[in-house]
Amino acid sequence: MLNTKDLLGIKELTPEEIYSILDTASGFKDVLQRDIKKVPPLRGKTVVNLFFEPSTRTRTSFELAAKRLSADVVNFSVATSSVTKGETLKDTALTIKALGADFVVIRHSSAGVPHFLSRLLDISIINAGDGANEHPTQALLDLFTVLSHKKKIKGLIIAIIGDIVHSRVARSCIYAFVKLGARVRVICPPTLTPPEITNLGIEVFHNMEKGLEDADVIMTLRLQLERQSKGFLPSLEEYFYLYGLTSERMRVAKGDAIVMHPGPMNRGVEIESEVADGRQSVILEQVTNGLAVRMAVLYLLAGVKK
Amino acid sequence: MPKQLLDHNDIKRIIRRMAHEIVEKNKGTENLCLVGIQKGGVILARRLASQIETIESSRIEVGTLDITFYRDDLNTKTDQPVVKKTEIPCTITNKTVVLVDDVLYTGRSIRAAMDALIDFGRPAYIRLAVLIDRGHRELPIRADYAGKNLPTSFQDRVEVTLTEDGKKDKAVLISGK
Repeated sequence: MLNTKDLLGIKELTPEEIYSILDTASGFKDVLQRDIKKVPPLRGKTVVNLFFEPSTRTRTSFELAAKRLSADVVNFSVATSSVTKGETLKDTALTIKALGADFVVIRHSSAGVPHFLSRLLDISIINAGDGANEHPTQALLDLFTVLSHKKKIKGLIIAIIGDIVHSRVARSCIYAFVKLGARVRVICPPTLTPPEITNLGIEVFHNMEKGLEDADVIMTLRLQLERQSKGFLPSLEEYFYLYGLTSERMRVAKGDAIVMHPGPMNRGVEIESEVADGRQSVILEQVTNGLAVRMAVLYLLAGVKK
Repeated sequence: MPKQLLDHNDIKRIIRRMAHEIVEKNKGTENLCLVGIQKGGVILARRLASQIETIESSRIEVGTLDITFYRDDLNTKTDQPVVKKTEIPCTITNKTVVLVDDVLYTGRSIRAAMDALIDFGRPAYIRLAVLIDRGHRELPIRADYAGKNLPTSFQDRVEVTLTEDGKKDKAVLISGK
């Protein structure tokens, strides 16, 4: 049961709303295993993917999720749109509304853009990543994946490794796992630690061996190579040497710990191939679950009274 | 005050009769499959199946079907539905599938159930078995096997409770006025 017309972030959701999305997603996961993978609830609805940042997997996942629900999908990508001709965000949004869209899935490099659109338009806005703020569907699919392996969230030790300061995935995951009662740790270089982090109810480590001890879930983040020009790290080799996830380092975690990565992976930078392809890796499952979770979000938002 | 319509003995007799009707019409259990609609039809389908197995001494397949994603009232309902399990244990193509539900009312659930079922294959026949037919149809749908026909008012509610062992079965009418 969702109570708002939009999905702006995990911060805005209650634990009950989160569980309602996850329960609905498990119904859709069953649908995705059938011969006919399409159901009719969003027939006649239009979903617009409005991506101001490059993305293949999230956009494709939303597109496929909408199509599996029988919605029509339009991809509005910035490189080919009027934005390059100087159109403002507001005018772009109003144009999309005027075309008759029911949902806008938005990704933007600035935090708060989905919130701005939410106030501007009375149709459903789904945040697919806004700056370094949130990426709620990624956190929901991570919760779903953890829940399917561990059968619970409460009390689990979740270790999130990497570039926390630039990561919206990290923020959404921290909110999500803390809300459902997990013990969240972040492991990151001091230069990539956001200052507000101590207020979030989590533990901060700068050492892999200490941070991974007894972990149930190990989540490595993509080192955002495009954001490392400001000298946060001496070199990628040093990053791998200190923070790369290797099978050697995994030994201090629980024996049945699962390894997750939101993709796309930089093999040999944040994660060793042996771990990425190893038996504890659930990275490809995350992709499949992402589809089910995004179907659940679209479906539940369609049922909210506007 | 709820009015008792059927007690557990009534329901036991009805299930026995319906089971006989189903095997009579189907001439046995060959190519027969029962599918209970979530969630009122699930236990009824299992009870009918075990009765049929007793009568015919042969096993028949029983499935469950969730129709949430096929409903036509996503935008008008006040509460969002909860998704339940769908399990179709056998191929349904060229079979006789008996859809089973507790109460037949507007017929909209049955419309959704037929759409959901057809996504799993092409049955030779789809039949409908319900414990109570309370009238007020909004679609051209009728039951092939009805336990009890019951005239009701539009404002009434009919609640059926079925248990696996049948001991606490009952159907009650909650009057709308």
